[in-house]
Amino acid sequence: MEPQWILVLSAVLFTMGAFGVLWNRGAITILMCVEIMLNSANLTFITFARQFDQAEGQIYAFFVMTLAAAEAAVGLAIVIALFRLRESTDVDELNLLKW
Amino acid sequence: MLKLIWLIPLLPLAGVILNGVFGRRLPLKAVGTIACLAVLAAFGISIGAILELAELPEGVRQFETDVATWLPLGDLGTGSDLTIPWGFGLDPLSSVLLLVVTGVGFLIHVYSVGYMSHERDYARFFIYLNLFMAMMLLLVLGNNLLVLFVGWEGVGLCSYLLIGFYYDRPFDERTGLTCADAGRKAFIVNRIGDFAFLIGLLYLVLEFGTLKFTELNTALAGHHAPGWMLTGIGLLLFLGACGKSAQIPLYVWLPDAMAGPTPVSALIHAATMVTAGVYMVCRMSALYSATPEAMAIIAAVGAATALFAASMGITATDIKKVLAYSTVSQLGFMFAAAGVGAYVAAIFHLMTHAFFKALLFLGAGSVIHGLHGQQDIRKMGGLRSKMPATFVTFFVAMLAITGIPGLAGFFSKDEILAGAWNSGNRVVWVVLSVAALITAFYMMRLTWLVFFGKYRGDESTGSKAHESPALMTIPLMILAALSVVGGYVGVPAVMSGWVGLGDVNKLHHWLAPALTEPHGAGHGAEVAHEAGMETMLILVATFVALLGIALAWMVYRKDGAAAAWAKRFGPVHHLLRNLYWVDEFYELVVLRPFYAASRFFAAVDRWVVDGLVNATGVTAEISGQVIKLFQTGLVRNYALMFMFGVLVILYYVIRAI
Amino acid sequence: MIGLETVGFVFLATLALASATVVVFHKSPIISALALAFNLVAIAGFYLLLNAQFLALLQVIVYAGAIMVLILFVIMLLSIQSEGGLHRSGRIHSVLAPLIALGCAVALGVAVFRGSADGRFAVSSADFGTVRSIGTDLFTTFFYAFEAISLLLIVAMIGAVLLAKRRL
Repeated sequence: MEPQWILVLSAVLFTMGAFGVLWNRGAITILMCVEIMLNSANLTFITFARQFDQAEGQIYAFFVMTLAAAEAAVGLAIVIALFRLRESTDVDELNLLKW
Repeated sequence: MLKLIWLIPLLPLAGVILNGVFGRRLPLKAVGTIACLAVLAAFGISIGAILELAELPEGVRQFETDVATWLPLGDLGTGSDLTIPWGFGLDPLSSVLLLVVTGVGFLIHVYSVGYMSHERDYARFFIYLNLFMAMMLLLVLGNNLLVLFVGWEGVGLCSYLLIGFYYDRPFDERTGLTCADAGRKAFIVNRIGDFAFLIGLLYLVLEFGTLKFTELNTALAGHHAPGWMLTGIGLLLFLGACGKSAQIPLYVWLPDAMAGPTPVSALIHAATMVTAGVYMVCRMSALYSATPEAMAIIAAVGAATALFAASMGITATDIKKVLAYSTVSQLGFMFAAAGVGAYVAAIFHLMTHAFFKALLFLGAGSVIHGLHGQQDIRKMGGLRSKMPATFVTFFVAMLAITGIPGLAGFFSKDEILAGAWNSGNRVVWVVLSVAALITAFYMMRLTWLVFFGKYRGDESTGSKAHESPALMTIPLMILAALSVVGGYVGVPAVMSGWVGLGDVNKLHHWLAPALTEPHGAGHGAEVAHEAGMETMLILVATFVALLGIALAWMVYRKDGAAAAWAKRFGPVHHLLRNLYWVDEFYELVVLRPFYAASRFFAAVDRWVVDGLVNATGVTAEISGQVIKLFQTGLVRNYALMFMFGVLVILYYVIRAI
Repeated sequence: MIGLETVGFVFLATLALASATVVVFHKSPIISALALAFNLVAIAGFYLLLNAQFLALLQVIVYAGAIMVLILFVIMLLSIQSEGGLHRSGRIHSVLAPLIALGCAVALGVAVFRGSADGRFAVSSADFGTVRSIGTDLFTTFFYAFEAISLLLIVAMIGAVLLAKRRL
């Protein structure tokens, strides 16, 4: 196993997550795709930590994980608030910024 | 008093400000009084200053004072610093002009109080008139060419304002001009001359590094500039004088300037503004005396104009237009005198001409006033019984202008003719003599048609014809007196020899030191030539005058004779009646291309320049419309743009690897 | 002889990719959520493969355990049946999104191949990935960040509560 394989995999996962964010219309699915992207980044961190035998990468991954948790919590709270407003989680309903 | 000469232009200016601010609210008498007093005060100070000047010894009879610095220009590449001050100077030359301008100006102001009493814009008239006086005095008293030029332009402006005084009144049925158009024509033709003048000024600065008269005179005496440079400068300055003093080719504005009120014609277009050109040429006599070529051209133009304009006076039918052509012609005489080197004669004639021409115009004004606005001499006649004072003074002026011995015009015109003969330029002498003949002819014609014979006009106007009030006739009488005695300050030595007196030519003694005579033989009128020749010339001039008067009397004595003569010389008469079609020629050759060019540039301005500016606006608008499309309001689209930005950043980060 | 590592890698990679695909493309959010859970566990497996035991543990507990559950809670709360699926995107959007994703892939691919062409895994020391090594670094070098992130968690908690309240 070489680092490159994992890095390629993480790149592919990131791309799929990005595509999912752009393509989907449901707010919760979008959040889940964001989680995929974050995870791919974490994977890269750990890979490099292992490659250079350092703990630093793992600590960064640790922080990312914490942040992801906080972000998921707040994001879901927003989804709930918006659902109360629009009766659906479709992000295309959030169009009050239109000129 | 000499130290106060800077006050002289300022007093009329004070009149302008007073009348300008309070004029509407003051009674008419007060406005007129303020204006007249301002000029009278200027006249008083002038007299005091000149008396002081006279006490100075002959060689150093000049006074200068620089009141303030105007343009500290530094070194303009001419080697020395050029600083132009607000400077005033008095010397014999400007003293003559000063007296003429303030004296005759005062008389005309008094006359105007009576003449303009029915006008609604009374205050505006006197404001402009005082402004004109201030500018003219600035011109005369300036001690450098730039201050002179300020006055030069200023009188041009006032001329425009005053010609177009009745701005909405139509003026010429034949051409459809209004008085405002006439004013504009005057200003624009003047401007052409001023353009040449300014270029001449600039070359002067380049060549001599100064514009002060005293410095220029010393420089011209010692310095040897290339001949063509001096000739060029002289001709450029003269072209400016042609514009201001209505010589060929820039005279066309003066006949149309008669659209203005008659006192304006008297003051500006007879006595003062139009003489500014002659004054300037004499002031620059040092320059002109050094370029015989320029002088020859000036003499030629002057003589040609004298003859040309006089010819048009024979057939004119408006009383003021006849006098206008006469003015152009007499100015031609003055320039011809300057051109042959007889500067003293030119200034002498300037002075006497101011007297009798102003008198003629004011008399014409009196006639027009009495006939309630009638100006066509074909509708006048026999007015000498109805307007005796006007008639007598007008007749005196007529005698003066034709050069009848004993009156002012005789001495000055004779000196010009003698100067032309003595300079060797016989052609000029012949032309001027013919012009004098024609002058006598048309002046007698005018006088006869207006004052003698039967009244040919409208009955209702004729019965109400009356003499003008004292406020108008007293200036006439004063000017008539001056037209008689004014010439005796310049009696040539020949004539004073007849009665056993020595050389009493006071004017020549006064003026000659201030003017530079040209080098070479045959200059000036006071060169000791054989007394016999001089006497011969005097007799010829007198004969010419009497001949002209007699011819006119013969033609116009009988009622239908004039028409018969006109038919006999049909084509010539037609040419003169249409003024040689000069205005039409200018219209075709100059104005039409100019209008076409203006229309072209207007289109360029509208489409190209405005188009560019509008294009900026339109671009902003269109780009706004395009960018607006990005703002869909949809979160997903924004996420898309966000990702795109991320990609761009990624690109820059990755290419660094 | 294909090593155990490689087999594990291939298996885990397949699992991760497949579950990611389901997350992105499936209509029902519950299925997506469950697929996400699989994905997270696969990633945890990767961590184990890389000797990062502590983090693997954390991944399972925090991600798969807490975050996933939270998401499922919300889905249930809002009773979301389906989220529309793939259709009804605008035309521009449906062209640009794949393009940008592709660009992303290209960029990352280039980065990977250019950057780390000849990297090899070092022989890992005995305490790589242990709690002790992480803890030491966490409480000395990254102490400041540690405190900051705890503050951030408190703020997030307050924010989440406030946002979701029915009446403030």
